[in-house]
Amino acid sequence: MFENFINLYHGFHIAADPFNILLMAVGILLGVIIGVLPGLGGANGVAILLPLTFSMSPTSAIILLTCIYWGALFGGAITSVLFNIPGEPWSVATTFDGHPMARNGKAGEALTAAFTSSFVGAFVAVIMITLIAPLVAQFALQFGPAEKFAVYFLAFASFVGMSKEPPAKTIVSMMIGFALAAVGLDMVTGQLRLTFGSTELLNGFDFLIAVIGLFGIGEILLTMEEGLEFRGKAAKIDPRIVWKTWKTLPKYWATSLRSCIIGCWMGITPAGATPASFMAYGVAKRISKNGKNFGNGEIEGVIAPETAAHAAGTSAMLPMLALGVPGSPTAAVLLGGLLIWGLQPGPMLFVEQSEFVWGLIASMYLGNVVGLILVLTTVPLFASILRIPFSIIAPVILVICAIGAYTVNNNVFDVIMMLVFGVLGYVLKKTNYPLAPLVLAIVLGDSAEEAFRQSLLSSGGSLGIFFSNGLVSTIMGIGLIAGLWPVLQIVLNRFRRVAQPA
Amino acid sequence: MQQAPHGAGSGPTQRNAEIGVAVLTLLFGLIVIYGSTLVGIGWGSDGPQAGFFPFYVGLIICGCSIINLFQGLRENPTELFSEWSQLGQVLRVLIPTAIYVALVPFFGIYVPSVILIAVFMKWLGKYGTPLTLAVALGVPAFFYITLERWFLIPLPKGPLEAWLGL
Repeated sequence: MFENFINLYHGFHIAADPFNILLMAVGILLGVIIGVLPGLGGANGVAILLPLTFSMSPTSAIILLTCIYWGALFGGAITSVLFNIPGEPWSVATTFDGHPMARNGKAGEALTAAFTSSFVGAFVAVIMITLIAPLVAQFALQFGPAEKFAVYFLAFASFVGMSKEPPAKTIVSMMIGFALAAVGLDMVTGQLRLTFGSTELLNGFDFLIAVIGLFGIGEILLTMEEGLEFRGKAAKIDPRIVWKTWKTLPKYWATSLRSCIIGCWMGITPAGATPASFMAYGVAKRISKNGKNFGNGEIEGVIAPETAAHAAGTSAMLPMLALGVPGSPTAAVLLGGLLIWGLQPGPMLFVEQSEFVWGLIASMYLGNVVGLILVLTTVPLFASILRIPFSIIAPVILVICAIGAYTVNNNVFDVIMMLVFGVLGYVLKKTNYPLAPLVLAIVLGDSAEEAFRQSLLSSGGSLGIFFSNGLVSTIMGIGLIAGLWPVLQIVLNRFRRVAQPA
Repeated sequence: MQQAPHGAGSGPTQRNAEIGVAVLTLLFGLIVIYGSTLVGIGWGSDGPQAGFFPFYVGLIICGCSIINLFQGLRENPTELFSEWSQLGQVLRVLIPTAIYVALVPFFGIYVPSVILIAVFMKWLGKYGTPLTLAVALGVPAFFYITLERWFLIPLPKGPLEAWLGL
């Protein structure tokens, strides 16, 4: 434990380098812009900018990219409060009370509360990462292929159990991801598969292209369909309002704490920030004294979802670093970045690249402080970006997406694939198929398959290997419960209904 | 999702959309299964063959697609997926984007980008020519300077750039 603090101290030395601080500020500002604009979100924003970082050192690159992610988390709140348009899915719950507050002339208070709670949520999550990630990594060092596959299984099973969407749709979406990941060269046998003789498919599907298409182009098509116009409230935050709001915030410590716990939990298990924010909002509404007033501009209704969303978004980094299993699409993109920079995410990262890991963790502390200061001072600027009409923003974003898709592999075919994924994203979203499992499956497909095949190889093809010792059976068991949760719930409800009349 | 509007407009129903998507994923699953059998789904001399894992993935896709198909059949047939007018809006973005993407392999990224932005602003936004030209030329120029000059990342170029010697 003490060792970790020494490591963290060294990490701060790396992160506090002036160049890295500058990258943080640039990252946060870019991130807020990305979070504010429709069609550009954390996941595809990071995906588009990833190629720009290939020439940087991995530590600087990840600081820039994670700060874009924090910025996007902050930015989502601005559009929710001022324009009643959630810039990101996880800020939908923030609109419920944030926008009414802005309509009542309390935009400044709502934004201050949102940013501060985001900061608190992220900070608690970083502390948790600092304390727990090294332990998890150390524990995971003894994982063999069977345990590795069990962890993947648990991650994907929790998607099935926890998402709002029907389980069969979640599974289809996930399996499409696995199938796309399998296209191309098979790493084990060196055979080509599922390419059907097409040379374009030789290299398989790049998940960055999928992310840019599914989340970027898909989102633009959805926005266009809604035909939205930005009609927003003016925003002005002066230090007096910030101070006044800060004085009221400690009153809501219980809500904050609950939301932090919900957020951290939902972030580690890959349920993600969006369900976390809804759940925190729901819980706060049920428990709070002012619960009845929720929806009419209650500050607690802003604090709860924002804290949880940020806590979840941040703690999604824990499984990515310690296990190599990202907890959110954006974390998945960052994981892809690590692979491109030649770093193997997972427990060995803490041993072999301890400077990188602790530099990153330290940058999370600093990045969030920098972020809070930056967003509080620059809100009016970002609000004015939103006033640029959609007919100018939309083609510019399309061009950015196309450039981003091209620069991944310097391949024009990828630009076409991006559009295909965009249409797919639009249709899937409209028919309630979740997109996050698809992206995660494309990223993790090869590793999951490798772990699966290696396990079966050592057991001679028997599935018993996944229940061969206490550790792997426990993980698989939790996974099975998580995956079968919807079914279990139906069964339990039946039992209760049968039991009641008797 | 959407409320069924009373005579407010018509369009494809959610039910048909769900059924359509389920059929498509079912087809996709079948293609995956077929592709897997081509490379062998069994147990080779060195362990599972290349098609082993995707084969089961394909099977699961087919199984769940059939569940989704039946769920889709039970959907409320009056609920709309989207109104025709809304789909029209989507097509107004999709068609120019499709043309844009098709032009990129031949003309590079810059010229089609200028055209895309100009068409959008003129046609959908009804902006004046000076502003349209400023944005349409300014944005690609900005990317040229930042990406090619600062980050040294080459973007695809076409005959015009070659002629200009860029």
